Amino acid sequence: MVGSSVTEVIDVHRAPGDRPASSGLPPLLRTSDRWTDEMVTAAGIPMRDKPVVTVGGGIGSFVTVDYLRIAGGLPTSDIQVVSNLSHPWQTYEHLATVSQIALDDRIRSDAASRPDNIWGFPSYAVSEAFRKRTLAPLMQVLLEPVFADFYTPKLRAVLESIAREARRIRYWDMLERGDVEMVRRRAGGGYFVLFADQRIAEPEHRVIRCRDVHLAVGYTGLKFLPELQEFRAGMNDFHHVVNAYEDHEHVYHALRRRPGTVLVRGGGIVASRVLERLIRERMDHGLQTRILHVLRTYFSGRHGKQLWARRRGKDGFAYQGFNYPKSVWGGQLKAEMRKLDPDARLKVHENIDGTTTAWRREWQRQLRTARSQGWYRAVNGTFEDLRRDGEGVLARLRTADGTLELHADYVIDCTGLNAEVRDHQVLRDLLDHGGARMNGLGRIDVGREFAVTGADSGMGRIYLSGAAALGGPFPGVDTFLGLQIAAQEIVDDMARRGFCRRMGPAGALAHWVRWAAGRQI
Amino acid sequence: MVPTLFGRIQTRLFMLALVGGVVTAAVAPLLPVDAPAAARYQSVYVVLAAVAVLGVGWELIYHVLMQWRWEKDWPTLFGLVTIVPEGVLAGFLATGGHLPGLPGPVPLPAFAVHFTVVWLAVWLFVNGPVRVPFIRWRFRGGRLL
Ligand SMILES: Cc1cc2nc3c(=O)[nH]c(=O)nc-3n(C[C@H](O)[C@H](O)[C@H](O)COP(=O)(O)OP(=O)(O)OC[C@H]3O[C@@H](n4cnc5c(N)ncnc54)[C@H](O)[C@@H]3O)c2cc1C
Repeated sequence: MVGSSVTEVIDVHRAPGDRPASSGLPPLLRTSDRWTDEMVTAAGIPMRDKPVVTVGGGIGSFVTVDYLRIAGGLPTSDIQVVSNLSHPWQTYEHLATVSQIALDDRIRSDAASRPDNIWGFPSYAVSEAFRKRTLAPLMQVLLEPVFADFYTPKLRAVLESIAREARRIRYWDMLERGDVEMVRRRAGGGYFVLFADQRIAEPEHRVIRCRDVHLAVGYTGLKFLPELQEFRAGMNDFHHVVNAYEDHEHVYHALRRRPGTVLVRGGGIVASRVLERLIRERMDHGLQTRILHVLRTYFSGRHGKQLWARRRGKDGFAYQGFNYPKSVWGGQLKAEMRKLDPDARLKVHENIDGTTTAWRREWQRQLRTARSQGWYRAVNGTFEDLRRDGEGVLARLRTADGTLELHADYVIDCTGLNAEVRDHQVLRDLLDHGGARMNGLGRIDVGREFAVTGADSGMGRIYLSGAAALGGPFPGVDTFLGLQIAAQEIVDDMARRGFCRRMGPAGALAHWVRWAAGRQI
Repeated sequence: MVPTLFGRIQTRLFMLALVGGVVTAAVAPLLPVDAPAAARYQSVYVVLAAVAVLGVGWELIYHVLMQWRWEKDWPTLFGLVTIVPEGVLAGFLATGGHLPGLPGPVPLPAFAVHFTVVWLAVWLFVNGPVRVPFIRWRFRGGRLL
């Protein structure tokens, strides 16, 4: 994996085999931690100026640019988004849909997690109530989470809202298509962002000289259990063993033609979605699918170290509304983490981390039926190895009662996404040449204002949001709300440094009215 | 809402002053009591102040109760149903004339209307519109300062 960039694995439009073109870079540039203007000019690389560059162009970049435009008051001409994506929700939509969130399914986050709205008002529930002329979403918010599931918006509504806001803030006026290879500090202050558009036949390097850089590069790729990856690579079989985050429709199609057993591995929300799909397919199409569900950690009840901080668990799953306890996005846990030193933070992570899924009444009903009819079985164990077995595979598991061998026709690995920062070329370069360092969780160390520790350059700063910033003073980084919290801290920090405006109550209200009216800014 | 203790208290005091103050001014003339305007206004604002002061105590209790929740959140519904214990206590004090500064006992219907309207207005405001002018409020556990 090392050496590849995220773009090769996740980007939907990249042909496999493409390779970054940094080979053409003069050695002096490659090895120097700081570049001068002359070094770039001498290398013959075209250079432009922009005060702020954001690298990634996914949800994190979008949310930050939204904040910079609205709260910071920056014009489009001051901001450049450099991305291999054509629209900010592209990767999110791709990962969501392959991992079984259809456009009309509901996502995980709540009503007020609105990437298209810096205020979080009206919530998605209010908008849905207006659109559909029904009080049901509002009732759900009123009763959640005790007497109803958490209200969560439909994927379609989220994507449409982002598209609308992107047009409103003229996102595409700021977008430059390109694959960023490195961000290097500039002698005299600021940074150089080096990129090339890998989609074209002979990509050429270009450089943007800027004061501040924001990085939101998402995940580096898919994560596999080593045993499963070994099988895929060794057998050259990408058909029977799949990752839930890659397109695996063929599994569901095959099961419609021929009954089979599917081994699902993982206890997170993606596993829940895959189970939901398998169960629905079986019920709707009268199939005979059998499901073996392998969980490394099996939760049979409430768990947690302290009496007053125990998470719900049952039938193998650990349950939590969102991927962290809700108070990380604004409440007690957020306030507490902000004050802790790095070691103490790690301890809190030990308590709150871990794979969880949402408690949804519909999923509970489905699993109850599946269990009672005997075609769903949860197994607490870890993979020892995987072998080909006739048309399918044979999995050998280590369990508390010894070794267990299970035959399956397909394995769906719901282990997740790879957030190794060293596997991303820009982040790796930042560690090797940019002064950045890793934190206790092996991600990039950032401060409260999401500035990369040790990477300042004169009057310039590098900010980082998203999964790569986990382990810092704010835990809920890789979520819409987390990205918005980061954006707020970043823009407030830029304002403190004198480079943009700090928005007060009157400005916030005036801008909200514009947002509500759909007025372009 | 995902409040911190200080966030709760600040939100309570600020919202009662801002939203509660305005709503109180608006409903005072409509309350079913037979009293001159000065006494009416004095009564309703004393009640409002009492709800704010007692509220600090209530918030301490809610904060402790919230510790038993894994998410450390305070669901929308909780913010609504706490009207019952708070209403009973404030109502007992107001209708019995036990609040300092009251010109006399407040008739129960007048108290009930005033208290409910203020409560609903604050609850609705805190569950949405407050986020518009105060963009940092929700990320700071309800702290405004
Ligand atoms: C299936 C799924 C469901 C999720 N559901 C929710 C949810 O319900 N609620 C919630 O709050 N959060 C959710 N999240 C988490 C999170 O909000 C999203 O993953 C979000 O997209 C993260 O934004 P990002 O900007 O960090 O990454 P992305 O949106 O992935 O954007 C980063 C992009 O940067 C581009 N890039 C990377 N390197 C380079 C480079 N060198 N040059 C140019 N471009 C580059 C890549 O195309 C990459 O996709 C979900 C995540 C997943 C995977």
